[in-house]
Amino acid sequence: MHPFAYEAPTTIDAAVALLDKHGDRARPIAGGTDVLVQARANRWDLDAIVDVKNIPELTEISHYPDGSVAIGAAVPCYQIYEDQKIRDNFPGIIDAVEMIGGIQIQSRAALGGNLCNSSPSADGICPLIAYNAVCHIAGPGGDDNHRDVKVEDFCTGPGSNVLGRGEILVSIVLPNPGDNFGAAYERFIPRNEMDIAVAGSGVSVKLSADGSTFEAARVALAAVAPVPLVVPAAEAALVGNAVSDDVIEAAAKAAGDAASPIADMRGTIDQRKHLSAVLTRRMINQAVARARG
Amino acid sequence: MTTQITPGPSRVHVRTTINGQAHEFLVPPYMSLLDTLREIVGLTGTKEGCLDGNCGACTVSLDGRIVDSCLVLGAEIDGKSVETVEGMATADGLHPLQQAFLEEAALQCGICTPGFLVAAKGLLDNEPAPDEHRIRHWLAGNLCRCTGYDKIVRAVQKASAEMA
Repeated sequence: MHPFAYEAPTTIDAAVALLDKHGDRARPIAGGTDVLVQARANRWDLDAIVDVKNIPELTEISHYPDGSVAIGAAVPCYQIYEDQKIRDNFPGIIDAVEMIGGIQIQSRAALGGNLCNSSPSADGICPLIAYNAVCHIAGPGGDDNHRDVKVEDFCTGPGSNVLGRGEILVSIVLPNPGDNFGAAYERFIPRNEMDIAVAGSGVSVKLSADGSTFEAARVALAAVAPVPLVVPAAEAALVGNAVSDDVIEAAAKAAGDAASPIADMRGTIDQRKHLSAVLTRRMINQAVARARG
Repeated sequence: MTTQITPGPSRVHVRTTINGQAHEFLVPPYMSLLDTLREIVGLTGTKEGCLDGNCGACTVSLDGRIVDSCLVLGAEIDGKSVETVEGMATADGLHPLQQAFLEEAALQCGICTPGFLVAAKGLLDNEPAPDEHRIRHWLAGNLCRCTGYDKIVRAVQKASAEMA
């Protein structure tokens, strides 16, 4: 491991200045569960690690009167699943943060870190897409240089994302999903815990007031493309149609057809396409159940 | 991991509490908490296993939450409280979990044992009467290549009953 300096700024501006100064030779660290593993594997030659856990905006969960929530980029999984309002209002996020790693990892690993690590197999990203979440990003140049990016547009390839030099993810904002809305995430792994998704599916649905018709839907797949994969064809197969097994099966098939995975030690192409359809069918049903309360 | 202490980035001044005792030292900024405990503080009970967060052998408690100390920097514990396996026994004797591990033969080679003990203590400190499923779920981040886990789970159940 390259001998790096340890910086622990207390403001966003100070963190941005450090990251801007060092460029590719610095990394922010929240839980460290990906960054330190990759630093040890010499993925980068780092001059500095920038610990962002002393910056208030990155370490807080903020519930707003309009029903939206901002989750600081460095908030660890356990603080999210111990937050009763998030449990009540965003159960699809709870699905993910309760399955990332084991208890030790959940003590440290941040949902924002899961996003910034930008792995196609990340469990946290697909449910964020299902909730139409938005990234608040700060960059060099002071208050004028904040920008918002939809989570679905954040990842650009395996391990890469839209963050430029000096930019830092501050928080992830989930809008109030409103009534008759449900979301869910599930993955397939050969163990019960402590594994990386062979495939995963995050789904949300918004139903008509009587619960009979799909009015809106989001479908995103994990580990079957270079980035978490949004499937517009699956969403279109649902929207405007009555909630029925045939409609749900058509959306699930669209998900399986859209998946374009690689074969590796975790699974074959055929298995991952099959899993994408099965998991999507199950998650649509789970989302419908949650939407109907 | 062998961390070479060579001229480089400035060492970080750390004031921390380890097993209830105040400690103050300088640590290389890139040194893990695992190596900090073993090489600077001299507490070698915490073991190195996989060095990537899969095996849990290096589990310690950091401000009351169990963590893999290989994935924490020593510099990060300034102002925080750390509990290791060395802090479990008291002048009165072994912790009930340690006693139960002995009585249930919940270890063979022993390399994973400090991690299992600290992790299990983290569970029982907050949930005195977990069921078997909860124990197995909680300990999923700890690997043991000898026992097959059943004896470990029984030991935790026994300690839980004795601490009730």
